Amino acid sequence: MDAGILTYQALNGLTIGAMYALIALGYTMVYGIIELINFAHGDVFMVGTFVTLWLLTTLGVQGTINNPVLLVILLVVMFAFSMTIMGLVGVLIERFAYRPLRRAPRLAPLITAIGVSFILQNVIQATYSTAPFNTPQVIDPQAGVSFTMPTFNVGGFAVTSSNVFLPYVHVFIIVLAIAMIVALQVFVHRTRLGRAMRSTAIDRDAAQLMGVDINTTIALTFFIGSALAGAAGVAWCLNYGNTKFDIGFQAGLKSFTAAVLGGIGNTTGAALGGFLIAFVEVFSSQLGYARWSEAIVFSILILVLVFKPTGILGQQLAERA
Amino acid sequence: MSRLRSLLFWRPGSPARLALARLRARSRPVTTPTARFFGGHQSLSVIVGMSIVTAILPFIILLPPFNGFGSQTDFVDGFAWAGVWVLLAIGLNVVVGLAGLLDLGYAAFFAIGAYTYAYGASPFSHNHIPFWPMLLVGAAVAAIFGLLLGAPTLRLRGDYLAIVTLGFGEIVPVVFNNSDQYTNGTNGITALYQPSLPIYGNFGFGDPVPYYVTVAVIIAIAMMLLYRLQDSRLGRAWMAVREDELAAASMGINTVTTKLLAFAIGASTSGLAGVYLSSRLAIVSPPQFSFTVSFTVLAMVVLGGMGNIWGVAAGAFVVYEIQSQGLKQLNQFVSGLGVPPIHLGPINFDLTAINFINYQYLLYGLALVGMMLLRPEGLFPSRRRKAELHDIEDAAAGNQELVEP
Repeated sequence: MDAGILTYQALNGLTIGAMYALIALGYTMVYGIIELINFAHGDVFMVGTFVTLWLLTTLGVQGTINNPVLLVILLVVMFAFSMTIMGLVGVLIERFAYRPLRRAPRLAPLITAIGVSFILQNVIQATYSTAPFNTPQVIDPQAGVSFTMPTFNVGGFAVTSSNVFLPYVHVFIIVLAIAMIVALQVFVHRTRLGRAMRSTAIDRDAAQLMGVDINTTIALTFFIGSALAGAAGVAWCLNYGNTKFDIGFQAGLKSFTAAVLGGIGNTTGAALGGFLIAFVEVFSSQLGYARWSEAIVFSILILVLVFKPTGILGQQLAERA
Repeated sequence: MSRLRSLLFWRPGSPARLALARLRARSRPVTTPTARFFGGHQSLSVIVGMSIVTAILPFIILLPPFNGFGSQTDFVDGFAWAGVWVLLAIGLNVVVGLAGLLDLGYAAFFAIGAYTYAYGASPFSHNHIPFWPMLLVGAAVAAIFGLLLGAPTLRLRGDYLAIVTLGFGEIVPVVFNNSDQYTNGTNGITALYQPSLPIYGNFGFGDPVPYYVTVAVIIAIAMMLLYRLQDSRLGRAWMAVREDELAAASMGINTVTTKLLAFAIGASTSGLAGVYLSSRLAIVSPPQFSFTVSFTVLAMVVLGGMGNIWGVAAGAFVVYEIQSQGLKQLNQFVSGLGVPPIHLGPINFDLTAINFINYQYLLYGLALVGMMLLRPEGLFPSRRRKAELHDIEDAAAGNQELVEP
C-alpha cells in the first residue's frame, strides 16, 4: 500500500469535489425553493468557464502570473466578473423561462430547462466552436509543496509512501470552495434574506402572506446558485486549463448526483455529496476502472434515488434552504 | 391476460369491444373527425392515412420547388430515415404524452433494440436470425429493460424519474462501449445482415424503396396498436394518472402498474426503431445513442403535440426533414439572396456566412422553450391535453387573483 498515492488522490478528490460542491449548491438551492431540477445549471457552469476565458483573452493574460499582488487582483477580478455575469444569466433564465411556468404542470418547466440547456450550449458552440479551448492558468500549476507521508511496517503490513506533490492551485480551490460554502450557510441561516429563502422553500404562499417578496427571493436564489456555478467555472479553468462547450452536461449530472446523494434541498448535504462523488470518481480511476467511473457515479444516483431518496442528510429536509 | 388478448386481437363481439361499445354509449368518445368519417375507430383511418401518405410522398417531391433539392431516390432514402424518428416519437408519446412521465433516457431502449438485432444477425455473434422475428425480439427485450428500470424507479416523483432515466441513458452506451468482449466496444458491431423477403430477396444497400415501405408498415401497425391502447381502459388510466395521480389512485387505478406498462410499451416501440435502424445501417456503435437522440425525440413530441399520435408522428417527420434537408436548403437559399455583409463599427454581420446546420440544437432549444411558454399543447394538439393544460392555466390565473392583492 502506498500512502503517498492515497494522499495524492485524496487531495485530487477534494479539488474536484470542491467544484462539484459549488455546482451542486445551485441545484439544491433551486430545487429547495421551487422544486425544479434546473437542467440548465450545468451549462451555466460551462458558460462560466467561457466567460473567464473571454475575460482573460480581453485582458491579454497569456499564462502564469508570478507577481503576487497582480495575481491576487486578477483572481478577485476573475471571480467577481464570472460570478456576477453568471448570476445575472441565472436571474434572466428564471425570469423568462421558469417564472411564467411557476404554476404550470411540473413537466412544463422541466422541458423548458432542457431547452435552455441546449440554447446555452449552442450559443457557446456558435460564438466559439466545438473545439476544446486552452485557458491561461494564472496560478502556476507547477508551483506547490512536496512532502512524503510517514511510512511504517506493522506485522508485515507495509505502508510505503512515494512523494506527494500538492500544487498551490489545489489548495486555493479547496480553501475558496469551503469559504464559499461556509459563507452561504451563514447567509442562509443568519440573515433576513436567508430567512426569506428558507420560509419560501417551506411554504411559498404562507411566506407571501407574511410579506416575503416571492419573486425577488426566487430571483436571489437563482443569482446565488448561478454565481456559485460561475465560481466553479473559474476554478475549473484554474485547475484544468481548458474548456469545451459540452463539459456542462457531465459536470452538471455528476453535481446533481452529489446534491441528491447529500439530500436534495440541503446545502450542507450538497457540499458533502460533491466531495463524496469526487472521491468515488478519483478512486475508481485509481483502481483501474476509469472507463467505468461515469457508470459508477450514475448507478449511485439511481440506487440512492430508489433506496433513500432523501439522501444522506435528508432528515433535515424541513429546514432546507 | 384475456384482456390483453382481446386488445391485441380485436374480434367483433369480443368482450373488450362490447365493453368499449357500452362505455362509448355512455360517454362521448375522444375521436377525431377522420375517425368519425371512417366509422368510429382509428385503425381504418391509420391504414388509409398511412397508405395515402406513403404513396404520395415519393411523388410530391417531383413537383417544384422540391425537385430542385435532390433526386427522388435521395428523398425516399431520407423518408425511410425519418420513419425511425416517427417510430421513436410515437413511442415516447406514450410515456410523456399519455402517461405524463418525463423519460430522458429514451435512447437507451433504442440502443438495446439495435444491439439485440446485432446479436441476432451479424457475423460477430455467429447468429443469423431473420429480420422479421427479430423485430418482435428487439421490442420484447427493450420492453423487459423498460420494466427492469421502471419497477424500482416509477415510485419516484416525476422529476426524480427524469433524472434516473437520464442516468440510465448515460450508463447504457457506456456499458456497450466498455464491454469489448460482448459488443466489440467503440468499434461497434458491423456487417449486420440485411432483411429479406421470400420473393423479393435481400433488401440490399442501393435501393431505399423496400426500407421505405417496411418502415411505413411498421409505423402503421404500431400506430394502430397504440390507438387501441389509448382508447382502452389502460389508455384512460394513463391519462387519469397524468392528470392527477392521487385522484387516479383513489379511483382504484394501480398507478405503478399503469406507469410501468406505459414505460414498457414506450420502450418496446423504441426497440422496434432500434432493430430497424441497425438493419438499415448494418452497424451499431455506442455514440449513435447519446443524449442528443433522447433530446431530439423529446423536442419532436413536444412540437408535434403531446398525446396526439398523428400529431407527434407529423412533428417527428417535419423536424427530421427540417434538420436533414431544410437547414441545408436554407443555407443555399440565403447565400443565393446575395445580402451584402454589414460592417457597422464593431458589428460584423454576414448573413450568407451563417451555417444554419450549426444552429440545429439552438433551434430545438428555442422551440422547446417557446412551445412550453406559448403553446404547451404543441402544433397538433390532443384535444384533451389542451383542455387540461388550459384548465390549469385558468385555475392558476384564478389563484393569482386570490393570492395577490
